[in-house]
Amino acid sequence: MPLAAEGATPAPDSPRAPPRCARGPGAWLRANLFANVPSAVATLLLAAALVRVLPAAVRWLVTDAVYSPDYAACRALDYRAACWGFVAQKYRLILFGRYPYADQWRPLAATLLVVVALLVTAHPRSWRRWLWPAWVVILAVFLLLMGGGAFGLSRVEPGLWGGLPLTVLLTLVGMAASIPIGIVLAVGRRSHLPLARAASALYIEMVRGVPLITVLFVASFVFPLLLPMGLRLDVLTRVVLGITFFQAAYMAEVVRGGLQALPRGQYEAAISVGLTWWQAQRKVILPQALTLVIPSFVNSLLSTFMDTSLVTVVSMYDLTGALRLALGDPQWRHFFLEGYLFIAAVYFTSCLAMSRYSAWLEHRLGSWARRPEALRA
Amino acid sequence: MRLSRKTAVLFVVTLATSSAPVTARAGKTLDEVKQRGQVVCGVNTSAPGFSAADSEGRWVGMDVDLCRSVAAAVLGDGSKVKFVPLNSQQRFAALQSGEIDILSRNTTWSLTRDASLGIVFTGGINYYDGQGFMVPKKLKIDSAKKLRGATVCVQSGTTSEKNVTEYFAANGIKYKSVVFDTAEAIQAAFFAGRCQALTTDMSDLAGARTHASNPGDYVVLPEVISKEPLGPAVRRGDDEWFQVVRWSFYATLEAEELGLTQANADKLRAESKDPAIQRMLGVGEDTGKLLGLDKEWTYRIVKQVGNYGESFERNMGPKTPIGLPRGVNKLWTQGGLQYAPPLR
Amino acid sequence: MGRAGETRVRGPLFSWSTRSGRARIAQAVLLAALFAAGAWLWNNTRANLAARQIHSGFGFLREPAGFAIGEGLVPYSPTDSYLWAFAAGVGNTLRVAACGIALATFLGIIVGVGRLSRNALVRWLCTGYVEVLRNVPLIVQLFAWYLAATEILPEAASPVELAPHVYLSKEGLQFPTPVWARGWGFALAGLGLGILCALALSRWARGRRERTGRRPRGLWLGLLAAAALPIAGWVAGGAPRALDVPEVTAFNVSGGTGVTPEFLALLIGLATFTSAYIAEIVRSGILAVPHGQTEAAEALGLSRHQVLRLVVFPQALRVIIPPLTSQFLNLTKNSSLAVAIGFPDLVSIANTAINQNGQALECIVLIMSVYLTINLATALAMGVYNRRAALVER
Repeated sequence: MPLAAEGATPAPDSPRAPPRCARGPGAWLRANLFANVPSAVATLLLAAALVRVLPAAVRWLVTDAVYSPDYAACRALDYRAACWGFVAQKYRLILFGRYPYADQWRPLAATLLVVVALLVTAHPRSWRRWLWPAWVVILAVFLLLMGGGAFGLSRVEPGLWGGLPLTVLLTLVGMAASIPIGIVLAVGRRSHLPLARAASALYIEMVRGVPLITVLFVASFVFPLLLPMGLRLDVLTRVVLGITFFQAAYMAEVVRGGLQALPRGQYEAAISVGLTWWQAQRKVILPQALTLVIPSFVNSLLSTFMDTSLVTVVSMYDLTGALRLALGDPQWRHFFLEGYLFIAAVYFTSCLAMSRYSAWLEHRLGSWARRPEALRA
Repeated sequence: MRLSRKTAVLFVVTLATSSAPVTARAGKTLDEVKQRGQVVCGVNTSAPGFSAADSEGRWVGMDVDLCRSVAAAVLGDGSKVKFVPLNSQQRFAALQSGEIDILSRNTTWSLTRDASLGIVFTGGINYYDGQGFMVPKKLKIDSAKKLRGATVCVQSGTTSEKNVTEYFAANGIKYKSVVFDTAEAIQAAFFAGRCQALTTDMSDLAGARTHASNPGDYVVLPEVISKEPLGPAVRRGDDEWFQVVRWSFYATLEAEELGLTQANADKLRAESKDPAIQRMLGVGEDTGKLLGLDKEWTYRIVKQVGNYGESFERNMGPKTPIGLPRGVNKLWTQGGLQYAPPLR
Repeated sequence: MGRAGETRVRGPLFSWSTRSGRARIAQAVLLAALFAAGAWLWNNTRANLAARQIHSGFGFLREPAGFAIGEGLVPYSPTDSYLWAFAAGVGNTLRVAACGIALATFLGIIVGVGRLSRNALVRWLCTGYVEVLRNVPLIVQLFAWYLAATEILPEAASPVELAPHVYLSKEGLQFPTPVWARGWGFALAGLGLGILCALALSRWARGRRERTGRRPRGLWLGLLAAAALPIAGWVAGGAPRALDVPEVTAFNVSGGTGVTPEFLALLIGLATFTSAYIAEIVRSGILAVPHGQTEAAEALGLSRHQVLRLVVFPQALRVIIPPLTSQFLNLTKNSSLAVAIGFPDLVSIANTAINQNGQALECIVLIMSVYLTINLATALAMGVYNRRAALVER
């Protein structure tokens, strides 16, 4: 630009068009969908495909579908639309398994209780001292509602428990029981005793290296051999033990990550104040480490929840197994897609909620972790 | 007192195991059953004619009737049975571990099973069966030897798997196999068209056909490629219980031989002069005390469950959807194989 | 905590008053407890096995298996031993794992890069793909794929012909394969030689470029020549053209080589599920590269595509490879779900063996040792890679 003569005001620039607006829907479209030629082409192709597929999908899923449990209407559809009547007919079998029909309010109440308890526990404001005993009471009430035998409730043996309550039970008890074992293993792996380190590392690496199905087979075939001659455990207990021992190894790695993230100065300060090693672990190290890895705990809960679907291989009727039971009916067998969409929706909403919660928690606790004084419960 | 995490977990685990009674099972099954007041019977998850739960959850079938007759003999009431559905993988482990008292699950009696699994078959065969093939009618096959190159669905862990391998090897026929672990899975695969032939016991084929949407589209081929004597099994080493289960079954055969039915049991008990009938209906010689039972054990079996023929007609006779003829399962007096040693 | 200058304490080995003494006592107690627990379990097992009269020991591996295996690369007939049946199972597991890893990586990279695309539609579709596949359990997806394959595909007697002599039906996908002849052996040898030559050539070319800054001319011709070795081998072996072609028979399609719908369902289910996780790993790897790198590369005038290929991706690889390896291991472990849909992999065959002979303990020990070996091998390979990558870094 030519330098202006001293004292003279610079000549005004020739009028230019105002700059393109960088906000608003037009700008968004330009930036996101039509930024350059390949992007525009991709947009057009995908939009064309979506326009073909989406209305047909909506028609199949929603508009033309049959919602009442009317077998004749469903067969008449001839797969041109979804038969949600299958779900309407069999939803109690899918959700509650082979639980006695008349008593199915009990697993429903038990599941709702646990869901409400989870929602309350979700908010960090409720992380107080009474939370652990409260959870023990809730689990006891859950088992009482499901099993019965007291307070006028008829006894329903665990072989008949199934569907969503069974999934919830396996997840919760598996997680709850694996946390203490995982903490012991993690502390052991970082211990100064070589034998403890070796034993923990051996267990963790061996269990993490095998698939969960092998562990379920061990629970199903090998546990009865390992028990003393007179003792007999039913299948549910054995599977819970298998899931617990499997999850404990993963939990140990999660806790170990937390222990490693903690500065060594914490331990040294605790020792210099005069605490023994055990007291230091219990009062200083573990509370901080566990709070650091709470989001990873939620991820472990999520993966345990998804892994419980494997128990259908050892013939337990959790949500997936109960659906296979419902599909055993030769009349309704053809509508397997609607059944799988239904349980996929159940799993998807729960898992999505849990993973979003985990992200929110991590964001929220991120600032907590940097302020140790805020960790006081 | 603050409840520590470990105590809480212990509490929960104890509650969870509270359903499993800790008992010794060193050969005294009869005492255990009497004390428990219930016979625990391992049955099939779904085998129409042998053991299947109807829409109200009540179990019916020939294997179910066998367990009910044991319960009637031992406990006085044929309804005091707990049925545990088992698939083909769990059945022997459940019997070995003591989870069930009797395995009455259309299981084939074979040498390997008798000798190497810690169980023993009681010798009563409640159905003499054989293995066969079922194919869709539209394939227009009339003999198993024409199954060259076909895909065959078979259940894993059964004698059917070994038999079909040997049959096709003996006849020089190449085939492909599709194997699943449950009967429902292979039936679903067969009816979906995944395989061209289904092979299992003939009685199972008839039951499976009732699960098809059009049973008339399927035909059972004439070849019977193996012997499949189906009968109950108990744990090895418990002779008392073995005798009870064995003779409970033979009682039903003897009842049919003597012409005793559920309907005429009371009448004949009051009126008959035949010592054999009197013995069977609890008014003659006491055979029960030799087995550890009371005098009326056979009367209760006849009254509450019926004789073998009644059980057969009710569960898989020509009037039922399964519609199997008695065939070789007739009494020996009618040319069949069912022969009970004398209950004397 | 070692206090500096502490003299070596003499006295009893297991003294309660010294730290090392206490450590030894603790370890001795731990060892005794572990031994006691192990002995108790061992005794229980022996007693239970004796009571049930189950044979123990690995002798059963020599006996004939007696069951058929539906498919596999390993040639197997029911008269072969149990050991050979297990080998066939391992072969099937590795086959589905290898194909699954290849497909999953391919899909995962595409979807992962797609999630970072500038185009909103592509972003949403990829995000939807990842979220749906990660939040539904794998076994549900496998059942759905398998039922779709068996119910929707056409009957075996009337398959759909995807390409000449390539048939898709309920029996699976069947395609022609060449009949083995010497020419194909030479072609394979030529292929191996050609790959080695191509690798050597590209290494030499890269070294040349780094030294002199110029790509060697005629490089492509050299690579092409290396690729022509397999064709030369084929011609040298007599140019065999005989093909084993699948034909539609009265029941089904026979001839040629095929993969069953169990394999296809397992492959697609595993690959799509794992690709969702791989997409997330790729995305976080790319995001982990500092944005300054992209800005500097763009300031140098590289196009967006070149930036991704030459600057971002190589750096992202270092972050991506460790979790990628653990996903590969997860895919191999997840292939054990084949037992649910009837594909004869290792776990499924071990399951059948347990049902035939009752020796659960031995079979399960075999399965676990195979998986642990695969794990160990991968961990060792990862260790080697990590050390090499660490050396490269300054």
